[in-house]
Formats: sequence, structure tokens, C-alpha cells
Amino acid sequence: MNTFLGIAAAFAVGLAATSTALAASHEKVKACFIYVGPVGDFGWSYQHDQGRLDVEEVLGDAVETAYLESVPEGADAERAIERFARSSCNIIFTTSFGYMDATNKVAGRFPDVKFEHATGYKRDHPNISTYNSKFYQGRYIQGQIAAKMSESGIAGYIASFPIPEVVMGINAFILGAQSVNPDFQVKIVWANTWFDPGKESDAAKTLIDQGADIITQHTDSTGPMQVAAERGVKAFGQASDMIKFGPETQLTSIIDDWGPYYIERVKAVMEGTWEQVDIWAGMAEGHVVMAPYTNMPEDVAAMAEETEQKIISGEFESFTGPINKQDGTQWLAEGEKATEEQLLGMNFYIEGVDGTLPE
Amino acid sequence: MRIELQRRDAPSRRMSLLSPLIALALTMLTGCIIFLVLGVDPIAGIYAFFVEPLTETWSLHELAIKAAPLILIAIGLSICFRSSNWNIGAEGQFITGAIAGSAIPILMPEASGAWVLPAMLVLGMLGGAAWAAIPAFCKTRFNANEILTSLMLVYVAQLFLDWLVRGPWRNPEGFNFPESRTFSAGQILPEILDSGRTHYGAVFAVVLAVILWLSLTKTVKGFEIRVIGQARRAGAFAGFDANRLTIFAFLLSGALAGLAGISEVSGAIQQLRPSISPGYGFTAIIVAFLGRLNPLGIIVAGTVLALTYLGSEAAQIMLGISDKIGRVFQGLLLFYVLSCDTLIHYRIRFAAIDRRPSKEIA
Amino acid sequence: MGILEAVLLTIITAATPLLLAAIGELVTERSGVLNLGVEGMMIIGAIAGFAFAQMTGNPYLGTLAGAILGALFSLFFGFLVLTLVTNQYATGLALTILGLGLSGLWGEAYIGVPGIKLQPVAIPLLSEIPFFGPLFFKQDILFYISIGLVCAVSYFLFRTNAGLKLRAVGDNHHSAHALGVNVIAVRYMAVMFGGACAGLAGAHLSLVYTPQWVENMSAGRGWIALALVVFASWRPYRVLSGAYLFGAVGIAQLHAQALGIGIPSQFLSALPYIATVVVLVLISRNRRLTLINTPATLGKGFVPDR
Repeated sequence: MNTFLGIAAAFAVGLAATSTALAASHEKVKACFIYVGPVGDFGWSYQHDQGRLDVEEVLGDAVETAYLESVPEGADAERAIERFARSSCNIIFTTSFGYMDATNKVAGRFPDVKFEHATGYKRDHPNISTYNSKFYQGRYIQGQIAAKMSESGIAGYIASFPIPEVVMGINAFILGAQSVNPDFQVKIVWANTWFDPGKESDAAKTLIDQGADIITQHTDSTGPMQVAAERGVKAFGQASDMIKFGPETQLTSIIDDWGPYYIERVKAVMEGTWEQVDIWAGMAEGHVVMAPYTNMPEDVAAMAEETEQKIISGEFESFTGPINKQDGTQWLAEGEKATEEQLLGMNFYIEGVDGTLPE
Repeated sequence: MRIELQRRDAPSRRMSLLSPLIALALTMLTGCIIFLVLGVDPIAGIYAFFVEPLTETWSLHELAIKAAPLILIAIGLSICFRSSNWNIGAEGQFITGAIAGSAIPILMPEASGAWVLPAMLVLGMLGGAAWAAIPAFCKTRFNANEILTSLMLVYVAQLFLDWLVRGPWRNPEGFNFPESRTFSAGQILPEILDSGRTHYGAVFAVVLAVILWLSLTKTVKGFEIRVIGQARRAGAFAGFDANRLTIFAFLLSGALAGLAGISEVSGAIQQLRPSISPGYGFTAIIVAFLGRLNPLGIIVAGTVLALTYLGSEAAQIMLGISDKIGRVFQGLLLFYVLSCDTLIHYRIRFAAIDRRPSKEIA
Repeated sequence: MGILEAVLLTIITAATPLLLAAIGELVTERSGVLNLGVEGMMIIGAIAGFAFAQMTGNPYLGTLAGAILGALFSLFFGFLVLTLVTNQYATGLALTILGLGLSGLWGEAYIGVPGIKLQPVAIPLLSEIPFFGPLFFKQDILFYISIGLVCAVSYFLFRTNAGLKLRAVGDNHHSAHALGVNVIAVRYMAVMFGGACAGLAGAHLSLVYTPQWVENMSAGRGWIALALVVFASWRPYRVLSGAYLFGAVGIAQLHAQALGIGIPSQFLSALPYIATVVVLVLISRNRRLTLINTPATLGKGFVPDR
């Protein structure tokens, strides 16, 4: 039910057909990428660039790629996207939520170019698709592992900004943890940054000082992993496999693997089969990958793998009722599964989370 | 060998024209060396950086969009810097201006009519000026260093904007994503020409720069600013009140930064977002100095700096070189311009140390 | 380890880079030169420290390299403002931009490489003292250097002849020149000292604070260091307290959050900045005291008449 893959907007088909001429001429297809951070962040933008490199590796000479890094959201984004559209790019991936309106505006002006916007929801024109990954699936597994591994019964959660994506992650984590230990607690610190190794490290130290012995993060740097290693507690990586930064520390990591999607979409342009989609894919499609389960007893790893398999097969969905909101009111009834709209607009904690959600 | 400076009796006219050109030539020369080290064809590199963005109409529009806020902020800062008021918090004033101006479209989404845009612009200027008034007040009343206070207030303004767009001003139809509602037609600064996105912010920038230049050179206030900037005590003897001038300079530069902020939001972004400025307020400090604190010079400097941003993108796409090169170029350009400006006021002599008589104090 | 002890340790680590950079800038400013390029020198120190630690496998050589490259990098600034008498504000900004750009280029090879941490050095006996031992005597070498530098700079400025000369240059370069002090030479050294300290601060970031290289990892700390110097009204020991106060407010807001206090996190994050402004206003109200300490020629160029 989660898979939107292949659901096409019928009116896009005609347009896609016109651009087959291009593919037929055996010209190289040019795929272009816009990143919000430096490719050197070893987090969000780095992973998108890994996806770009996958495209180059798999499609080889048939494809040409280009990227712009550290493009600020706002007026600059529209210019950067338009520049790509004008420099013979056939498909443009804009990889930050803040590029949403700029992408849509430019897409309207260049109907022959395909646009792919990550994490957004606006598709004003037939030549723009949106895509995102279900990272929360991994967070549920992390919660389970945390509850098994923690001695203090407290995990520390370094959060970035209170947007649905992040809140959803916190809720999935607590659901997973409390499925193992109903008394498990999560302490949350909002770092108000996606990327500041120093600040994230300080947040990790703070959480450990307050009794957390498992650290997880929804920020991008490897700082917290290193702090956890130093203080001798366990931690989860974020966005990429951070095992190098905590060989004895990392339990697992949620890896954003954009490669499969990028390859598929660029291929579609080559073959003239590109159609508008809205994809929110997860583990089943290989867009969310768990790093090897390390530094934990075999039974815990086995449990994690079992949950992973169940999520992949579709047998299990983290947000399945009964789930109450933090104030005790019912959110999902017994057996009810959250819809994607409910998840994508999530702005409340579920029961079991301590603290108040910043407004 | 050592370098000695000899003050010229009067600034050299020839050098004031030549120095920016020498600086640009030196930047390009150094650029060529860097390109060679990186294994990039230097001619292609220079072309991508400084020529390619000027070859197309749409790109010229983008140049104007990028340059407009830089120029608007920088001309305000030039008044501050000329009068020795070190306002380095224009980034914060830009943001508060944008917030204040956006209050109308966000709190009164239905508002329409001819009054809306002018009211937004005025509110924007007031918002920027109000934020700038804090360091000015702290300086004149409590003697607190304005570099520090204005800079700290940048961070506060950024966090305040962040809180607004994630909290009370969040778009009710935006799935809880951190952005305000989008402005409607009557709340958007219109585009000037049909051929591209340039909005009226660019017009404000040029017109105000010219007005400011005229007032600096032709009015008593302009004279006062120049006198106090060069010698505070002399200004005091002439009956100019340095404190009042401080307040004036801060309010003016704050208002201009605020105007830049609301113009950018209303003209180019059309909604409030957690980050609305890629550091315009800081880059404008460079622009102000590149333009030698002269409003007309700032128009040129703002355009050149905007060009390096566009050029950096062109170089990334055409040659696959890192965006860090753009930063390096900006730093080098400023270095060379500052160095070459020395030639305007001084003659440079290279003297061998051993020829210097020993009695001389060095 | 008790919670208080742990919290204090965190504060010390957060404050050390600020302190290192600020004490260097203090000396530079005392000589009458305002170098707004601290952020740029710091980030050069961070990449230099990281790169040399990787190349040699020795974080101490990395630390040394951070200091040396920071000092060399500051010479760009020194040459312009001292020899060519350019505007100090603008030149400092140029240094920051250039530093961020160059470090990014240099660091591309080190992205995603785990760093080598500068390990704490326990001082025999003293580190055994309960509570205070682990806090003050079981730290990395940069902590000891930072405290040592504060004492040394204070002694140098107010108890030695050379320090007197340096302050004289900062207070009135014309009379210092007339008295036979080589104003430009003194300032070159002060600028390089500031560069070396900022380089050490950078090395702390990439070898102690978060042992890794990431672009822009200084994240505005150079600016905070500049603020601290003014905040301290150019007194070394006040820089020390200022750095720790700033570090403490920053850490306290994280603890307040983890305890679940329902104040928007943006307001808590803004606290250190607001606190700095308020404290600065309180300190500066005493005009006489500020005037005594402010180097009178700060930011003004000097050309020796021959």
C-alpha cells in the first residue's frame, strides 16, 4: 500500500512521448543535480552525490552528469535550476525541500526538461516528480535495538528542526523502543541546525550527562558518533554508514541510498518512458538501507533483522494502531494504519515521548 | 629589499582609474595560476567565470537580481563606514526588514489594493531601522561596541525568523513545512521587463545609490559625515554631534538593509522561509569596500561580486570545478583592490635595506 | 563521573577554542590592529592541523602545523594592512573569505576520513585530586596551552618591557615611533601571534572537539572570539571568564532542553548572543574604564615618516 511506484499521471504520458525523440538520437542524456550543502558534508548532500556517482558508474558513457553544491534556498535556487535547464540538462534533481517553489516555477518554463524534487509535495506541471524516502522505518528498528541495548533505559535524540519528517522519526523511534520496553524514555535536544559538528557534539554530551546511554541523531555530522565513542556509549549513524567514526560504537545506521532511484529515473529519460510520479519509497525498494548490525549481541541483531524483513515484505508497518497522542487522546484505533497524509503532516508527539514539541 | 610608502600630495587621479583594472588583471592572473594547478584550461576558466554569465539575457537579469540587495545594503553601509560606525549586522537588519514587511501579506492575506506594496516596503524599512537602532542606542547611550552588538543581533534575528516560520507564521495549508503562505499578486514586487525576472528592487538600488551619491557630495549632511569620519574631534569643533550622526547612519543603513530584505522576499522569493539570505549582509560589507564607500562605485562593485557568484556556477557546470574557487576569487579580488588602492594615496618605493643609513628609525 | 563534573568538562571543551582564538586576537588588537579574519585563520588552522596529523600520524605535529599555518596565513593580512596600509576591516573580511575558500579546496581529500584525536595528558598526582583533577589536570595539551597563554599574555602585557612597547604602539603609534619603537615590526609580530593562536583554535576543532574535517567547521566561532575580546575590554583574564561564560550559557540551554523545558528552542539558542549584548552593555557603561583599556589606535593604519 505504501508503494506509489509506477503510478503515473496519465496526462504526462503524451509529453513523455514527445521527448523520446531525444533518446532515439542516441545523444548522451545529461543528468544534473543541485545540492543544498557541500558534497563534503558526509551527510545529506554527500549521499545524493553518491547517488549521482552511481548513475555515472552504471550508465557509463550513455550519461553525462553535473552538479552545483551549496546552492542557497531562495532566489539563488531558481537561478541555479534555470541555468541547468538552459545548459542542455535533460533531467534535473533538486535535492532540498526549500527548492520546491523554485523547481516548480522553472519546470513551468521548460516543459521539455524533467524535474525531480526531493521531499516536496508540489507538482504544478506534468514534467515534475517528487520523491522521498521512508527513513522512519529505520528509526523504528533503531528504537527496538536501543531498548534492548540500553542499561539506563534512556536514549538521547539529537533533533534538527521540528518539521514532520523529524517528528515522525522521533515517534517511530519511541514506538520501536516501547514495543520492547514499555518504560523506555527518550530525551530530545533540538540543535536547530542540520549540520554543525561542534554543536551536535555538545548536544550528545549533554544527553549522555543526563543519563542517556544510546545516542541517535537526526542531524548530519559524525560529531555525535565520535562523542559516543569517547564516552563509551553506543550510537546510531545518520544518512551514511559512519562505522569509520565509531568502529566499536555504531549499532547500525540508516543509509539514504538514492542510487537506485536516480538510475531508474535517468534510464527512463533515455528510453523515453519518464512519467510524473510521487514516490515515497522505503526499505522494500532499497531506498532506505540499514548498515550492518554491529556491536550488539546476536539475539538483538536477529530481532532487528526480523523486523527489517517484515517491513520489507510489507507485513509490518510502524504506525499501526492503537496509538495515542501525547495527551492521551486516540490517534489511531486498533489495527488502523496511518495514511501517508497523516504522516507527512505529523506535528505532535505520540504517547510516551517526554517533553513538549517546540511550536 | 623593503617596501616604502611615500604619501602623495594629492590622491592620484590616474591611479584611481587604473587601480581597479590592475586589481582585476591581477585576480585573473592569479586565477589562471590556480586553474593551471587544478589542471583546468585557464582561458576556459576565466571565460566561464567572467564572460559566460554576461552572454545571455536571462543571465543578465539574474545578475541584476543578485546585485540589487548587495548594492542596497552596501550603500547604507558606506554611510556607516564613512562616519566610522562599524555596522556589521546588516544581515540581521535585512531579515527583520523582511519580517516586518511580510507582516501584511501573512497576517492579512486578503489585503489587496494599491496601498499594500508601498506599506510593505515602508514597514520593511522600519523593521530594518528598528533592528539597527539597538546597536546605535547601545553605542551612544552605553558606549557598547557596535561591531559586537550588531553582529550578535544577526544571530538573534535569524533564530527569530526561524521560530516565526516554524511556528506562528507557518502556512496553514503547507503540511507543517517551515514556510509562510505565498504572497498573492498585489503583494509581489512586479518585474520590470518581460524578458526576465528582474524586479523593482534593482530600480530601488540604482536610484537610491544615485540619490545618496548626490547628497554625499552636495549637502551639508554629506560633508558632516565625511568630516566626522575622518576626524571626530574636528567634527566636534565644527559643531557636528557624533552621537546624532551615529544614530542617523545606523537608522539609514538599517532602513536600506530592511528595504533590501522586503524587496528580496516580495520580489524574488514571495514567501518567508527559514533562510532568506545567503549572507547578503556580510557580502555587502565587501561590496561597500570594493566600491570604495562611494555609492556609484558600489553599483559597479555589487555587479562584479554578483558576477563571481554566477561565474562560480558556470565554472562548476562547464568545467566541473569546485564552488570553493568562487570564494577564493572573491577573497583575492578584495585583497588586490585594497592593495592597489594604496597606489592612489602613496607612491611605492622599493629600497634595499643595506642602503639605508643606520641612524634612521624604522 | 558526576553530572556536574561532566557538564563542566563539556563547557571546558566548548570554551577552549574560543579562548585560544580570543587571546591571540587580544594581543593583535592591543597593538592597534583589528583583524576581522579570525574565522579564516581558524579554519586554515583546522584543515592544516587535520591534514598534517593525517600525513604524519601524529596529532601533536598537526597542532604545531595548525599554529604555523595560521601564523603564515595571517601574513597575507599583515602585509596588506601594515605594509600597504589598507583598511583593516575590509582586509580582515577578505582574509575570512579566502580562508574559507582555500580550506575547502585543501580539505576535499579529507572528507569522511576519521580524525586522530589529541589524547588527554594526565598530570601526575594533580590529576588524582577528586573532582578538580579530571577537570583541570587530565586534559588535552591545548587546554593547558590556552590557560598558560592567558597567564603569559597577561604577564607579558603588563609586566614586561616588550609588553609595554606593544601597548604603547597600540595606544599611540606616533609617539611610540618617536621613541624609537619599530611600530610595523611590533605589529607584524602581534598579527602573527594572533594568527598562530587562531590556528591552534582551529586545530582544537579538528583534533579535539570533533576529530574530523568538514567544510566550514568553525561555524562562526571566529566571530564569537572577536566578540569576546571587546566583551573582555582587552583584559586577558576577562577573556578567560568570557569564554567560559559563553560556553556555559550554550551548554546550559542544551541541558534545559533535555530536561524538557517548554520554551521554543530558538529562544534558548539565541540566549548566548543576547547574554553577550547585555553583559557588554553593562560593562561598557563605565566609560572611563573602557577608555583606559581600549587601544586608541585600533583599526587605524600607520605609515612611518622617514
